[in-house]
Formats: sequence, structure tokens, C-alpha cells
Amino acid sequence: MQEELNKNLFDSLIKFLQKSHSGFQKNSRDWGCQIKLREIPTAALILGVNVTDHEFTFRSLTEAIQNNVTPYVVKLQARDCPDIKHFLQKLFSQLMDCHVDVESKEEEKDIQKKTHCSMDSLSSWYMNVTQKTDQGKPRKKRTSSQWQSPPVVLILKDMESFTTKVLQDFIIISSQHLHEFPLILIFGIATSPVIIHRLLPHAVSSLLCIEIFQSLSCKEHLTTVIDKLLLTTQFPFNLSEKVLQILTSIFLYYDFSIQNFIKGLQLSLLEHFYSQPLSVLCCNLPEAKRRINFLSDNQCENIRRLPSFRRYVEKQATEKQVALLTNERFLKEETQSLLESLHVYHTNYFLVLRCLHQFTSSLPKYPLGRQIRELYCTCLEKNIWDSEEYASALQLLRMLAKDELMTILQKCFSVLNSSSEKQLGSTAKRIEELLAQLQSLDEVKEEEDASGSQSKGLQKTDLYHLQKSLLEMKELRRTGKKQTKFEVLREKVVNFIDSLVREYLLPPETQPLYEAVYFTAAHTLHEHLNAAPRLALHTALNNPYYYLKNEVLKSEEGCIPNVAPDICIAYKLHLECSRLINLVDWSEAFATVVTAAEKTDANSVTSEERNDIIHARFIRAVSELELLGFVKPTKRKTDHVARLTWGGC
Amino acid sequence: MNKLELNEDKVLEVRFVGDDDVLNHILDREGGAKFKKERPQLLVNTKKIIKKPEYDLKEDGIEVLKDKNYVEVLGRDVQESLKNGSATVGGNKVYSFQNRKHPEKMAKLASELAKTPRKNVSYSLKNDPEIMTDIPQCSKGHSPSDEVQLKNNDKSEFISTTRVLRKRLIAPRNHSDSESEYSASNSEDDEEVAQEFEEDTNKAILSPKTQAQNRVVSAPVYKATPSKKMKRDKTSDLVEEYFEAHSSSKVLTSDRTLQKLKKAKLDQQTLRNLLSKVSPSFSAELKQLNQQYEQLFHKWMLQLHLGFNIVLYGLGSKRDLLERFRATMLQDSIHIVINGFFPGISVKSILNSITEEVLDHMGTFRNILDQLDWIINKFKEDSSLELFLLIHNLDSQMLRGDKSQQIIAQLSSLRNIYLIASIDHLNAPLMWDHVKQSLYNWLWYETTTYSPYTEETSYENSLLVKQSGSLPLSSLTHVSRSLTPNARGIFRLLIKYQLDNQDNPSYLGLSFQDFYQQCREAFLVNSDLTLRAQLTEFRDHKLIRTKKGTDGVEYLFIPIDNGTLSEFLEKEEEES
Repeated sequence: MQEELNKNLFDSLIKFLQKSHSGFQKNSRDWGCQIKLREIPTAALILGVNVTDHEFTFRSLTEAIQNNVTPYVVKLQARDCPDIKHFLQKLFSQLMDCHVDVESKEEEKDIQKKTHCSMDSLSSWYMNVTQKTDQGKPRKKRTSSQWQSPPVVLILKDMESFTTKVLQDFIIISSQHLHEFPLILIFGIATSPVIIHRLLPHAVSSLLCIEIFQSLSCKEHLTTVIDKLLLTTQFPFNLSEKVLQILTSIFLYYDFSIQNFIKGLQLSLLEHFYSQPLSVLCCNLPEAKRRINFLSDNQCENIRRLPSFRRYVEKQATEKQVALLTNERFLKEETQSLLESLHVYHTNYFLVLRCLHQFTSSLPKYPLGRQIRELYCTCLEKNIWDSEEYASALQLLRMLAKDELMTILQKCFSVLNSSSEKQLGSTAKRIEELLAQLQSLDEVKEEEDASGSQSKGLQKTDLYHLQKSLLEMKELRRTGKKQTKFEVLREKVVNFIDSLVREYLLPPETQPLYEAVYFTAAHTLHEHLNAAPRLALHTALNNPYYYLKNEVLKSEEGCIPNVAPDICIAYKLHLECSRLINLVDWSEAFATVVTAAEKTDANSVTSEERNDIIHARFIRAVSELELLGFVKPTKRKTDHVARLTWGGC
Repeated sequence: MNKLELNEDKVLEVRFVGDDDVLNHILDREGGAKFKKERPQLLVNTKKIIKKPEYDLKEDGIEVLKDKNYVEVLGRDVQESLKNGSATVGGNKVYSFQNRKHPEKMAKLASELAKTPRKNVSYSLKNDPEIMTDIPQCSKGHSPSDEVQLKNNDKSEFISTTRVLRKRLIAPRNHSDSESEYSASNSEDDEEVAQEFEEDTNKAILSPKTQAQNRVVSAPVYKATPSKKMKRDKTSDLVEEYFEAHSSSKVLTSDRTLQKLKKAKLDQQTLRNLLSKVSPSFSAELKQLNQQYEQLFHKWMLQLHLGFNIVLYGLGSKRDLLERFRATMLQDSIHIVINGFFPGISVKSILNSITEEVLDHMGTFRNILDQLDWIINKFKEDSSLELFLLIHNLDSQMLRGDKSQQIIAQLSSLRNIYLIASIDHLNAPLMWDHVKQSLYNWLWYETTTYSPYTEETSYENSLLVKQSGSLPLSSLTHVSRSLTPNARGIFRLLIKYQLDNQDNPSYLGLSFQDFYQQCREAFLVNSDLTLRAQLTEFRDHKLIRTKKGTDGVEYLFIPIDNGTLSEFLEKEEEES
């Protein structure tokens, strides 16, 4: 089941990427027609800094092009092409591979080995192939495209890292051959389109006919992913607020990589299934119900132990409590119903969340966040209506203009209708009613407006005055209770939304059995994805008690007891030195500490031998520090080592 | 600084006198109670000051800054320790930017230094309760922002507090700033003194002695204070101070070398023997730690199968842990263990072992990339193939290169190759950029074991201490035993000549002609042909090397350090 879910994750991502690229692909076809003499049509694809996701993008792009435009697609990476010869060789071999399905394989290999790779041979090969296909499959040819021959599409994945010379040479050469070898270039660019002109001199770039395409920003990708995976009831698995926050912050602050985000999701999924015994219930509702029937006694006990379930039990009547705690069957039935209600809760939750997002996303200053994920986070964290931001958002909502309100309501209506289940049927109806009322207001309003606007139109003064007068008017209305019908209605709408939120956007902790579907162990996630090896080393060296729970090692901050492991003592001593450390002094200091530590068994061995042992221990500690990269031998002075951390030479 | 000051006072008279006199003079005053370690330190100090007396004033200024720095930092240390209390969570500043870190670190050690003497003082000199009251006052936690206030503070405090406190503050600061080695040893001494104070009454006598000594020395300090105060106002910026203190490229350390210590030379074998006698401490806790990690084995397997790769980090050798993992989990699956710490390892050998032993392919490849492609194709074609790669020390010298990492990353990104590796180096994560990291798809696991890196370090021949001395010596004796008495004599001649000339920086070697002459005089050879024959034999054993001088003459020398040579000579003489 886990793998299934994982697959789903990836599928949705790929689907999404493909969607975003169908646009490009269409474009490229259009403009491919306008090949001019001597100019190589070029598409510059700006992909952003999330380098790791590019692979996906390119893969789907090639697929799209191969399906729709031309069978000849070549992808090249900078590290494969240190010079023009390799460049052509790669191009050649990949082209051949593209075409393997037409030719017999052996023949291909012969060609590959024999031919000296050059543009000439390439174009002659190309002529050959196209002619062959012309003869071999004339029918397909005619129908497939309007070009005489399909162009060769060359994708340079990471344009920035190609050497300039290679690129220049290649472009010049291929522009010479363009009439017999139709080539289309696609540059993958991570930074900005200016880079093309920086890499290529004018003489070269004028040979290109560049069109720039901007891929969607990675933030949008993230929104889609979250939207599709978390904000649906399709996948029962959910993340708690902290986990989500960690994942998004890794995404936003570290790498902008969807892949990493998905990796995090996968990991949390894995952790959840691994550590939470009740995660068996984390699946589709009917399946979960079926599984409940097969729960063992042990698992039932686990359910009873869940804090959320306990809370639930405590609220019930006494006889029911007893039944829940003793009767297995009753427990199972109850769990089933609870799971069902949890499911219902989620459906409602997401719908209302979307509605609320519609309302808040258009507000100035975005008190509840611009993206739905931010809203989701706050909702998960606590009762949203307790927050200040929510209050201010409502305040702002009360000032919305009518047409804005109308569009928002309409959107909400469509959101609510989009769900197949009719959980919130009544609310949808309610919104419809409100909409109708608003519309009917229109007619009445127009008359009012006509009279109202005249008076307003007269006072064409500066903003300040306008504001002032508006405030006065508002006060007038409030005191005189002369609210217009629209205002009454608006109040109604806002109150309605508020009640919706209060009813449905309860934080998940309040739901019994939420543990089964929510992954909460944020710290493990953080540990495994965003580890701090340096910190671990530092802690281990500075504060061995953290790992070795021995009372002897317990000490106040900043110093360690002299019985600590050798390496800790050596490290501590080396901290006190500046850039160069004299080994002799170091070893003597070490010896003093160590002898002080083991004064009791001094009698057992001779002092000579003990000294040797201590010296050996020192040597070991130093070589370990060297391995860890804290010191290195130096030639600047005999028998000295150099420190490598802060301020080393 | 007190000592510096002292020296400074004397510079005027001493400048015309030899170094030794100065030394004697100082040592006289210091008396015999000085710890023996301090002596060479002093020597360095004097020399330095004699060399550039004109800088003294400036140095003084810097020292004042440091002085202030110290106090301030002492204050900050209180907060610092609070912060460090949660070091495990908020450790972002563990190795953060250098300029901030340095003073703080110094503060730490300084606090240690300050703490221990204070203890002494309270024991031995009961006449200054101010120390106990004043230091807390200093360390009330001045934030770096209210520096001005602080300055005033410590100025006034310096004037008001007793001389002893002043000394106390100055003395450790001096050590820690200018003479790191000294401070290291001294601090430990002090600490130890403090620790053993209660039990050992003999040592209790020692510490007052130091005390007294310090006091004697610090007399001139007070005179210098007015100039200090003036200087102090000039530069206030902490950052500037830092750079000023740090830019002076002179690093003062003692001149002592390991050769003077007889015990310094140990070879691998004796080292291991010696270490085996040491009973490991905290074995119970270590065992507990290890058991904790062993519980993760099943989880690791699961995660490996799901396409993640696992990297282990943390202090201590993770080799045993991985070995146990291999023994318990990987018995029935194909796996390759790669000892990254082995100096002969390379990516090519890794790939070779995969192609030859796992895939049974005997052919050769044009280059590594071809081989990699071939492997990748093989694994992609046959999804039933599964391979576990265990790499100890992925960050070792041989594997840390960009290309190697790229190739290993590409291997590890394959669905049916499972990689579990360990890293040790402090900066190991810097090996990987975005692309590699996404290829590796790491899951990080902290496994701090504290177990010694026995295997890992045994190959590291760079380590100054052990091999450099012992191996040549043993081979030297070995070779010389097999020589004829005449040849031994020839060789000894060359050694003696080289040792005689060891202080001559322009010494190139012994020219062949001179050597021949000397050998003839010692009746060791009768013709230059016999000498040449002997020399060829030496050269084959790599005992001598020849160099062409500027005048075209061949010079002979022994490429072994002088300490070893003299030791060899001594041994030879004992035997004969």
C-alpha cells in the first residue's frame, strides 16, 4: 500500500509537469515553421534554480516532443561534452539510438564505429534516414507532418555549464548545415535569459532565433502538489502542522526542489506506517472498515490507549465507557463509526478550507496568508477563530465591495459543488440563496446608487477628505441604523462564513482517532532530512554526557570532567590553542589530565609503562581528530599541527 | 601579560646583553617554583620582545584591547553557557562564522582558567574576598551592544579592584591570547591543582607559590595602566579588534619537538599493543548506545528497499556497527563492502568489483564512464538484481573527489542498488551539491558510538607521531646489519658528516670526491670504483640520494631526519 501511495505521488507530479509543458510544445511547433535561412530556431527554457527537478521536466518534454513533433530528440548534458568532438559523438550516438527501431541494430553499430563523427556525416546520415523513411513509409510521412522532414531537436539540459567554445563552435557549424540538417535547439537555463548573450558573442547569438519560455515557478508546483495530495480525501494520510511546516520551510529556504519535498512526504509516510501501529487504518474508508473487523486484541488495546480516543471515551456515558473499554465488538463498531465521522470531517474540512481561502486570499495584506498551505497550517495548529489574523480578516471582509463578494461567493459555490459527496449540500444551498439575494439587490441598488453617487460625485476632494467623509457616513449609518440592504446581507454572509469555520475547521487533534491518519513526529523528519553532522560531532566532543548517560560525565557547561573519553579531552585542549599546536605541549597537557583521572590505579602498573600507554592514547586521540578534520599536520614548524576550525590557516 | 610587561621593562638594559643572560635573569626572579613547562615559553617571549622593542607600545595597546575583550567576554560567557545548554537543538552557532566564534571560544577557556585559579585563591589567600564579589560583577552579562558602558565599567573596576584580581584577569588572558600552548598546559595544571586540592595537601603549597610569583611579576603592570586607558578609547569596535588580534601572522608556540622526548616514537604494532592494555571506559553506556542503533536495522532495511540511501554520521567509528548490520541483515543478499579509509581504494576498483564479482563480466572498459553506463544498463535491464553497497568512510581522501562522488551517486540512484555509508569528516556534507544530494537521496542517521577509529586511522600514514621515526630506524638497523663492516663504516661516515652539518642551512650533501677522500683516509675503500659499487647498494635500499649541485658535482645525502640518524648512531656505538 505504501508503494502504491508513493507511486501516486510521483504520478501526479509527472502529470502536472506534462500539463505545464503541453503549452511549450505547442508553441515550439508553431514557431518551428518559421525557420529562416541560417538561423537556428532556439527555445530558451527558464527553469529556475530547482535543478533537481529539471530531470523530470526534460523527460516529460522529450516524451511530448517525441510523440507530437519529431522522433529525433537528443538530450545532452554538459558533463558529457568537454569538447566539440565529444559533443558531436554523443549527438551522433543518441541520434542513432533514436532511430534504432527503424534500422537494424547491427548496421547501426557498424556505422557508429566506422564513421568519423562530423557534421558532414551527420547531415548525410540524416539525408539517408529521411530518404529511407520516405521510401519505406511514405504514407505515414505524408500524414504525420507538414514538414518535408522532421527536424532534429537538441536539448541542452544545463546550458550554463557548457563551455562557451563548444557551444559557439557547434552553433556556427550547425548553422552552416542548417539547410540540409534542420536543427532545433532547446536550452535549459537555470538563471536568467541574459546568460545566453553572456555566453555567446553577438556573432554567434545572431545565428539563433531565440524565443524564451518561462516554466512555472516552483512555488506553484508546490501548491499544486499540496493541493492534490494533502487537501483531498483521496489519500487518507495527513500531515500535522509541524511536519508540514518543516517540509515547506525546507522547500522554501533550502532548495526549491519538488523532488525533495516529495521525498519528505514519502519519508513521513514511511515513518508513519512504521512507527504507528494503528496506521493500518490509514487507508480508504471501506478498506479500513473491513480491516477493523480483523483487528487483533492487541490492536484494540492500542486504540484504547490513544489519547484522543481516551478523551472521547471520557465524554461518554458511564455504561458506554465500560462497554468501550471491555467489549471488543462494541469497540470495533464504535471505531468504524468514528472513522466514518473522521472521513466526513475531512471532506467538510477541506471544502470549508477552500471556501475560506477564497475569501481571505483576496484581502489586502493577506492576514491569513496568500497560499492555501499557509491557511492550512494555521488551521491545523489551533482554533483559527482565536487568532488575531482571523479577526482582522473578518474585519476586512466586512468591507468588501459587492461585486467582489459576488465573485467570491460564486467561487465558493462552485467549490462546494465540485465535491461529489453531498455533505455540505445545505451550505451550498445557503450560498446559492445568498447569491440570489445579492443579485436581486442589484436592481434595487441601482436606484439607490444613482442618488447616492450624485452626492459623492460632487465632493471631488483629496483622499483624506474622502476617507473622512466616508467614515462620517459610516458612523451616521451605524448610529442611525440606516444600513443598506447590501450591508445587512454582507453581514449575513460574513457571519455565515464565520459559523462555517467554527463548525468545520476544528483542529484535527479534537477528532478521536486522528492519530491513525496524521503524522506528527516532526523531529524525526527533521533529523533524517536535514541533519546536522557537525553539530552532532560538536556535541559528542563537548558534552559526552549527552550520549553516555553516566553520572561521572555530568558536568557544568563549557568544561568536561577529566574522565571523559580521550578524544574529548584532546579536543577540549586543542580548542584552547590558536592556529598552530605544538604536539609536545599538547601531549603533556593531555597526560596531566589523564593521570589526574586515573590516580587510583597508579600503583598497579609501573610509571614508565603507564606513560607509554598514555602517550599511545594521545596518539590515537590526535589521529582521530585528524580523521575528523579538526587538525592537520603542517610543515611550518616541526612537530606542530594546524587547527582547521575557525581561524585555521 | 605580566611577564611581557616585565620583559618590556628590561628591554632597555637587556638589549645589549645576550639572550641567555636575560633568561637567567628572569629565571632567577621567577625562582624554582615555576612549572617546568613555562620555561621555554618565556624564552620565546623574551626573544620576541628583544627583536622588536619598538612595537612594544603598540602591543601593549592590543593587549589592552584583549584585556577588555576578555572581561567583556567573561560577561558574555554567562549567557553563552545558557545558550549552549540547549546545544543539541540550537547549535547553529557551533561552527558558525569565525570572527564571532573565536572570542567566544576563548571566553570559554578563559572562564575555565579564571575559575580554577579563583578556587585556589579562595583557599590559599583568604585576604581578598573582593575577588569573589567582583567577578560576578563583571560577568553580569554585558551584551555586546552596550560596549561603552562596559568600557567604563571595567575601567573603574580595574582601578578599584585589588591587585590580585587584576593579576588574575590578566594572567590567563595573556596565556590564551599569545601563547596558546602555554595556556593549554598551564590551564590543565591549574585545573588539576584545583581538582586535587582537597586531597593533596602538597600541591596546595604549590599554588600559593604560583600566586606569589605572579604577584612579583605583576608589579610593573600597574605602572602601565595610564597608557592603557588612553589606548583603550581609540578602538572600540569588537570586530576590528578581532581582526587585529588575528591578523598578526606570528603564531607563538613553543619550540619543543618530539625528538627531545624519548618516548615519541611508536610504531603501529606497539601502539596497538599499548592501547589494548587500556580498558575502555563507559563500556556499559557504549553498549547501550550500540543496542539502540541496532534496533534501527530493520528500519534501515525497509528504507533502503524503498529507494532511500542511508548515511551514518556522528563521532566514533561506525565500522563495527555497519559490520553488525551486514552480519545480521545482509547474509543472504549480494553485498559489497568498501573500506573507504583504505588508501588504495578508488572508484575504479569499486566499479571493477561490481562488474567482475557481481555481474561476472570479465571484459575491460575504455573508461570509468563507459563502465558506469554498462553497470547502469545491466541493473536497469534486470530488476531482480539487487546489490547492497556498504561504504565505510565515504568521505575518505580517495573517494571525496567530485568525480568519484558523482559516480557513486549515480550508482546509488539506481533502484536496485542500496547504499549505506558512513561519514566522519567535519565538512563531509560539503562534498555534495544539490544534484548529487538528490541522486543520493540520503536519509541521515546519527550514530555516535565513541568507539575508536582503529582501522580507519591505521592507514593514515601522514600521522606525524608514529611512523616517521620508527620505521626508518628499524629498517636502517636492518639494512646495516646485512652490510659488510667496511660498508657500514662508509655509511657511518656519511651520517656523521651530515650530522655535523645539520645546522648549516646551505648544506647540500657530501660531494663524491670529498667522500672518496674521507673513505680512503679511513681505509675503507681502495678505489673509487669500490666506493661507487657500495653507493649503488645504498641507493637500492634508498638509504642515500644524490643531487647534482650547481657546479655539476654529485652530492650525496641521506634522506632521513637527523634525529633518527643520531639515534641510529648511538645504537651502533652501543653494539660495537
